[in-house]
Amino acid sequence: MTDLLAARSQMAMSLAFHIIFAAIGIAMPLLMIIAEWKWLRTKDEIYLTLAKRWAKGTAILFAVGAVSGTVLSFELGLLWPTFMGYAGAIIGMPFSLEGFAFFTEAIFLGIYLYGWKRVPPRAHLFAGAMVAISGALSGIFVVIANAWMNAPTGFKIVDGKPVDIDPIAAMLNPAAFSQALHMTLAAYAATGFVVAGIHAFMLLRDRQNRFHKAALAIALAVGGISSILQPLSGDLLAKRVAKTQPVKLAAFEGQFETQTGAPFRIGGIPDEEAGVTRYAIEIPYLLSILAHGAPKAVVIGLNEYPPDRRPPVAIVHMSFQIMVACGVLMMIIALWGALRFLRARHKQTPWLESKWFLRVLVAAAPLGFIAIETGWVVTEVGRQPWIIFGVMRTSEAVTPMPGLIVPFITFTLLYILLAIVTVWLLLRQVAASPQGAEADQKEARLAA
Amino acid sequence: MPLETIIAGVMIASLVLYALLGGADYGGGVWDLFAFGKRAREQRALIAEAISPVWEANHVWLILVIVILFTAFPPAFAVIATALHIPISLLLIGIVLRGTAFTFRTYDVQRDDVQRRWSLVFSIASIITPVLLGIVLGAIASGTIRFEDGIVTSGFFFSWLAPFPFAVGFFALALFAFLAAVYLTLETRNRELQEDFRLRAILSGVVVGILALTVFVLAEIGAPTVRAGIGRSSWALALHVLTAATATSAFYALWTRRYKLARVSAAAQVTLILLGWAFAQYPHLVEPDITIFSAAAPRITLQLLLAALIAGAILLFPSYYYLFRIFKSQPQKGTKAADYQT
Repeated sequence: MTDLLAARSQMAMSLAFHIIFAAIGIAMPLLMIIAEWKWLRTKDEIYLTLAKRWAKGTAILFAVGAVSGTVLSFELGLLWPTFMGYAGAIIGMPFSLEGFAFFTEAIFLGIYLYGWKRVPPRAHLFAGAMVAISGALSGIFVVIANAWMNAPTGFKIVDGKPVDIDPIAAMLNPAAFSQALHMTLAAYAATGFVVAGIHAFMLLRDRQNRFHKAALAIALAVGGISSILQPLSGDLLAKRVAKTQPVKLAAFEGQFETQTGAPFRIGGIPDEEAGVTRYAIEIPYLLSILAHGAPKAVVIGLNEYPPDRRPPVAIVHMSFQIMVACGVLMMIIALWGALRFLRARHKQTPWLESKWFLRVLVAAAPLGFIAIETGWVVTEVGRQPWIIFGVMRTSEAVTPMPGLIVPFITFTLLYILLAIVTVWLLLRQVAASPQGAEADQKEARLAA
Repeated sequence: MPLETIIAGVMIASLVLYALLGGADYGGGVWDLFAFGKRAREQRALIAEAISPVWEANHVWLILVIVILFTAFPPAFAVIATALHIPISLLLIGIVLRGTAFTFRTYDVQRDDVQRRWSLVFSIASIITPVLLGIVLGAIASGTIRFEDGIVTSGFFFSWLAPFPFAVGFFALALFAFLAAVYLTLETRNRELQEDFRLRAILSGVVVGILALTVFVLAEIGAPTVRAGIGRSSWALALHVLTAATATSAFYALWTRRYKLARVSAAAQVTLILLGWAFAQYPHLVEPDITIFSAAAPRITLQLLLAALIAGAILLFPSYYYLFRIFKSQPQKGTKAADYQT
């Protein structure tokens, strides 16, 4: 393994690990405050129990997210010092703002988790809302910095050095809005589906448990609404990529030839040597429509670029396909859930009775996080060989430090260990979940 | 005052706050390991209670330092991260283990052997991490990080694997332990627990004094330019005299059980030590080649960063004050951590 590959692997592993906790850190506070708000409104103690249960899980996950995020902020320099030396002055701004957003999140999370008995209920709910808002903001700021790497703006290059730096223009880069929107929705969708899946699983074992029904309804509402909106933001983002990084879009779809009225490929294996994508189901004109909004639009192919300016096509194409498939499935399940909910409401019947619906929710639980992970592969590998698209190559940015395989293996083992402990602790929380409404209320009274 | 100096000042202020707040949380880990006697369990519970609500927020000061460093002085960040890759990576492992072990302990089975295991990880990481932090700062001050055309020529071990950075590392650890012990005297109404931490504060205060002297002596060879800076600038000299005064005041206050005075004195002492170092090293960011002026980002970046820092501070300080008012205005009545976990 070369040092460059080790550095890339360490960064990829760190990001893939952190993104899970970051997404949960964005979405869980929203679920918690919805539950707490319903408790304040209905005085039904089941919602208080729920908010507290979720808060416990969030505390564990937030701690892991906070430390793995700290690691990343250092790794930017440890692994890519040349990149940071070059770009720090241009994209430091969103990181600084993220610092403050994260600060706000940590402060109010402390109040939320430990202040149940120390602040009045409304102040407590307010603290939760602050956690939810600042959590979303810190995610948005970090994604804005990443968007700049895809669509670098706000500077000129003279003699290989950035001049005329405009950090505001860098923040308002063309990819910023669509990327931030796509990631924020993804966080809500993925977390909502995981939480809904867990409670659906518990409901299958204990069909009349009001606690799990309440939890499932809130999680599915947040996850479902986001999943229905997500394809729209994906479309927005794809159109941006088509404009700012046509070579990346071509890799998404294994599009080698420049083509008028290009088809959308489902599946297929790109053969980079031969320059074709085989065995794909092709839907005529759809890629031209999706990328440029017109069936006859020209989609630029990979062949327009020399090989040393193309990303690895196969992995980007496969990841893109998996992400889209997960997203589409989630949207369909969300629509099915919405239909069930509306029909049940109309007829005054329960909507969570169907065994099959619950089973599907259990099966769909990991889809959102699979989509997030593959989505980041699409974004990051699709940008290669550049670290700053068209400006600096990843190979130019890497640290001269030798033996990078050592930190890569060390951090990988450390994170595997953390993952195992985290999952084990969360399973304990779930296993200890209240059985039956009576137990809930007893516990809620004790907790209050 | 030049913009570069103002931003560097904010960065040092964040570092001071990290030492005063986050540092004390590390110190809590030290006393968790050295909890002994018949009140060992109560000591650990008090430490956990004191840290739990605030440590996540306290930890963000470090992130702020890093973000200011790479936004305002990008080449300095690149050089530091390259030359000190190894100690920084180890520091990160320490941060990860400490933060997660602390939280895992809170939410794992409340059985003695399980809790002991997490406590051990938490406390050992709490000891190693400050030492590494001190090593990094010591290496930056030592003047041994050399580079040419942005390429580090002094190697990946030479600059930090030396007596001076290690002395600074242990000095940082002693300071954090001292701060924690002093703070903990005010976290409880239980007289016996107060006495336990008073004793620890006095003992660690003595260690702080010994290590301060060691660092000063080693600096002669280990960090000659910074050492010379202390004599050169009348500011730096005045700060060192003041530091000695606050140290004396902290001992006096601990001896006579005036804990609030002890807290103020100890915090002032740590602040003055860091400021004394900063003044002695000014305007160098990494001795001897990088100054805050040579590494500064373009003016527009500095201006926007300063605006963001001011706006951020306006939002941040009221929230921070609120957090501390809720959890730190009254000493805890009981010492059962379980009461605060729900």
